[in-house]
Amino acid sequence: MSDTIVSLPDQSTARIPKVNYLSKENGLLSWLLTSDHKRIAILYLISITFFFFIGGALAGLIRLELLTPQSDLMATDTYNKVFTMHGVIMIFFFLVPSVPATLGNFLIPIMLGAKDLALPKINLLSWYLYMAGGLLALYTMMSGGVDTGWTFTTPLSTHYVNTNVLTTGLAVFVAGFSSIFTGLNFIVTIHKMRAPGMTWFRMPLFVWAHYAASILMVLGTPVLAIAIVLVALERTIGIGIFDPAKGGDPLLFQHLFWFYSHPAVYIMILPGMGVISEVISTFSRKRVFGYTAVAFSSVAIAVFGFFVWAHHMFIMGISNYAVLVFSLLTMLVAVPSAIKIFNWAFTLYKGSITFETPMLYAFGFMGLFTIGGMTGVFLGTSGTDIHLTETYFIVAHFHFVMVGGMLMAFLAGIHFWWPKITGRMYPEKISQLAAVVTFIGFNLTFFPQFILGALGMPRRYAAYPPEFQILNVFSTAGATILGVGYLLPVLYLTWSLKYGAIAGNNPWQATGLEWQIQSPPLTENFTELPIMDHEAYDYEWLENQKAKEVASVG
Amino acid sequence: MSHISPVIWQYLVKWMTNFALFPPEASRIAPQMDALLFFITLVSLIGLTIVVLLVVSFSILYSKKRHPVAVQIEGSTLLEATWTIIPLGLFLIMFVWGALIYFRVYTPPANAMNIYVVGKQWMWKAEHPGGQHEINSLHVPTGQPVQLTLISQDVFHSFSIPAFRVKREAIPGRYTTVWFEATTPGTYHLFCTQYCGTNHSQMIGDVVVMTPGDFKAWLASSTSGASLAQNGERLFASLSCAACHNTRPDARGPSLANVYGSKLPLSTGESITADDAYLREAILNPSQHITQGYAPIMPTYQGQVSEEGIIALVEYIKNLNSDYRIQQTTNTTDLLPESEGKAASAAAKTTAPGKVNP
Amino acid sequence: MSDSPAIAHGAPADAHLEHPSYLRHHFNSVEQQADTTNFAMWLFLLTEIMFFGGLFTAYLIYRNWYYPAFVAGSHQLNVVWGTLNTVVLIGSSFTMAMGVWCAETRRRRGLVLCLTLTCILGLCFLGIKTVEYREKFEMHHVPGQHYSLQSFLDPQSNPAVFAEYHDKPLALDMARHTEIYFSLYFALTGMHALHMIIGIGILVFMIFRAQAGAYTAGHVTFVENFGYYWHFVDLVWIYLFALLYLISRHQ
Repeated sequence: MSDTIVSLPDQSTARIPKVNYLSKENGLLSWLLTSDHKRIAILYLISITFFFFIGGALAGLIRLELLTPQSDLMATDTYNKVFTMHGVIMIFFFLVPSVPATLGNFLIPIMLGAKDLALPKINLLSWYLYMAGGLLALYTMMSGGVDTGWTFTTPLSTHYVNTNVLTTGLAVFVAGFSSIFTGLNFIVTIHKMRAPGMTWFRMPLFVWAHYAASILMVLGTPVLAIAIVLVALERTIGIGIFDPAKGGDPLLFQHLFWFYSHPAVYIMILPGMGVISEVISTFSRKRVFGYTAVAFSSVAIAVFGFFVWAHHMFIMGISNYAVLVFSLLTMLVAVPSAIKIFNWAFTLYKGSITFETPMLYAFGFMGLFTIGGMTGVFLGTSGTDIHLTETYFIVAHFHFVMVGGMLMAFLAGIHFWWPKITGRMYPEKISQLAAVVTFIGFNLTFFPQFILGALGMPRRYAAYPPEFQILNVFSTAGATILGVGYLLPVLYLTWSLKYGAIAGNNPWQATGLEWQIQSPPLTENFTELPIMDHEAYDYEWLENQKAKEVASVG
Repeated sequence: MSHISPVIWQYLVKWMTNFALFPPEASRIAPQMDALLFFITLVSLIGLTIVVLLVVSFSILYSKKRHPVAVQIEGSTLLEATWTIIPLGLFLIMFVWGALIYFRVYTPPANAMNIYVVGKQWMWKAEHPGGQHEINSLHVPTGQPVQLTLISQDVFHSFSIPAFRVKREAIPGRYTTVWFEATTPGTYHLFCTQYCGTNHSQMIGDVVVMTPGDFKAWLASSTSGASLAQNGERLFASLSCAACHNTRPDARGPSLANVYGSKLPLSTGESITADDAYLREAILNPSQHITQGYAPIMPTYQGQVSEEGIIALVEYIKNLNSDYRIQQTTNTTDLLPESEGKAASAAAKTTAPGKVNP
Repeated sequence: MSDSPAIAHGAPADAHLEHPSYLRHHFNSVEQQADTTNFAMWLFLLTEIMFFGGLFTAYLIYRNWYYPAFVAGSHQLNVVWGTLNTVVLIGSSFTMAMGVWCAETRRRRGLVLCLTLTCILGLCFLGIKTVEYREKFEMHHVPGQHYSLQSFLDPQSNPAVFAEYHDKPLALDMARHTEIYFSLYFALTGMHALHMIIGIGILVFMIFRAQAGAYTAGHVTFVENFGYYWHFVDLVWIYLFALLYLISRHQ
């Protein structure tokens, strides 16, 4: 027991609290018409897991096809549809809502000492919009798919394909509004519903990260919406706004699209960084090193993130001077991420570190995000981008940051807060195994792709020159291992719902308001309005509380 | 270029290319780009090592067993400054170095020989000025800067030669350019790297680099007869461009002799350089590109001439270096079978006033 | 025991002090509720600005590139209808503001009247827009398959417009670019009209609720917040009017 901080109540007498948000009401309608942020978070969790596995199956198909240099598993058109749907589903229906809509929804009100988000009905609307978009995406898949790539490049998407561009566009449009409303809810809650004593700089860094991501959601997503509307108009009635034959400019679409889609990547990663702050702090028993720096770096990423979009367009014929500006700004946006990594590393310094599953995922995040982030610098450097862009180097780069980074952070967060959400602990050994398997599988899948990209293998190729085969085989092998790593948590987390140990209020002995209430929480979170009278990550305060508790019970 | 000892550099490159981590270096810019790639890789490796070392060593030194009580530390402004400024400094070095290479790749030298490339679903068509046409291949000589002028007939494509480390988008509606100087004879991959539909992965080919002698021989053996400029002259004639763009004193359009590369005063007052892109725009959207002193009467040729046709016309205009040459064209025009009827109507039109008095 | 003694506690959260029925339970006070929903509406309007922003960016770029085409296209719009619409919409903003005042001063009938007037004026706006759209349809100025360049190649074919502006015929290539102008016209005014329709829908709902006294018992935030939305829609129209209808009226 000395190398773990887990502290569970006596299992022979412990029970899940009778009254909690799960048991409060029963029946399907109580879930479908709920305004409880925690139930909405669970609804999201189930839906995004479902879409994740669909996107994952598509990824499996991609890797299977790429085992051989020829396009022999499926027709080229089919392959094009598979990678398009993989991108659309993974980005819009998994990564963007992953941490914010599940963990953010569940935890932000509790972390702030509030009883719910500012606009609970809008929160439920967000989920319905997400489901509507998701169902449209599924319909698209079943009615022939779409093969424009998730980037909808014009004029291909407006005039040169006859697949379901409109339904996919509509699906993304609707899901976009889900994202906007979630972000809006978070910003309003953080501004207006903090408990007395909860100043901005006493908030957990998880909240800061979501605040920054919400700014991006709210300001960036509408531009994607209008870009999709224009594509739809161009496709249906031929308005000519992106059509050179009518005087339009296809590059305008690129600007409008990437103006959202670059901030989108920060929407995806910032909440994950928030999770890492919480996990590293708890499992080192220390306040995050440089709290203020980490908080401000989140906001800095959000602000700078709006000004770098054209680094996706360096070779598209924009002026050399524009390239200079965007390359410079890209270098600036890379710095806050570096600051965070070092601050997390130094949080470990003179801490008291244990290696439970969330911490393993956090370590994996730090290594893989560093690699992913540095490879971003290869791409932000305009000269090297010429050689590396549009190849598998890009594919490897964004999978390192999104899967090696974000998905690991998501899993860290799910494991970390699982006891709070369900009242149950998951089995530790198998979860640690899954974390390690995931890490190994991930590296084997995506590291060879950096080399493939440097060698020149283009992305979105169904068939490739034979000399690229061996690296592709490694990549596919890794993908099978990775699949196992992702399947295991689904299995043991479901198992834990019935058979897991009772967690109690604070199995990790963490600070944070969410750990001071019962697991699972009450619908109204708190029985009495909390007053925040200590700093975030105040482990000395936690010690005092425990001492008081022992004294009073005894 | 690299400042490492040439011996070590060669060894490194050989090892890398034999290990197949990098494509062969077959252009003048390739080693320069590889040097920067090495630098960034080195910095990344060092950065990663530092992070991993920190995490691993702290995890061992301060594991709960060894260090049961955590020491609360707020932070350190000095450390924050350090790991802000050093990464920023390194990134700025990469930015400047990369920008230099970027400008170099997209600023062709004056003596570059031009090859036009038209991308369409799903093939590349290369057109040499001498009239040689290639599909999905590109023959170039060593030791000679080559500029590619790219355009797409339909959707976005991207012309990529990994061995040269160059890549450029081919966009519908405007020219893009890139240049290189091949150094090593051989055959290298040519890829389309911008997803363009069903057969995107089939839009690949070969770049064949030849010694200058071999290249001359190839040119001679692959010519289809007429050079691009000659084709352009034919088009110029059959589209009746010479009806206005001739050398007569009352001509309704400016003479195009030596216009390529010159600074043209436009009717809007500004002055622009007449390069390929301008010429293309002037043919397709003439009302926005009226030379000063002339009436805005040039009709648009959009829909009447293909991208290859425009390329031929541009090539012809590039080689128009004297009024005499234009006169030759006009004479030829009158002799062409298709211009019989037009010659009569053109003669009728020349009685109408042309030049606007400034 | 649900909350650990680890949290310092303030006022009991579920103690039912007298609070109005419209106070939602996750808020601590009526002031907090009003402040919060207010802030949320301002933030939502910010997202709307970003939404229209993409279209305004496209407009900026293309107007810069194809100014003569934009002039010719703009001359095809009827400034009289446009001005009338602007007056109607500003009027409806006025009646909306009056409505908010009525809600604040608990004038139930006044509120219903003001909301009804706002709704009627909004419908007037949409009616005039329909007339304009129909005219554009008949003149073949709707982008797409049936778009016609006739009005720009031969301005005299449109006597009313020609009498006012005496436009010169455009060259064919510039005339083709007028389709971009009209694309932006329909995209911008269409998006705006969509927002008007949504607003009118909410207005109808509000009229019934106002009649039942829901907004004149102290809980005015819904009316206030809708007022912000309505004023925003009005403001967008004023920009659209200036940018679309008033290009180079006097050459």
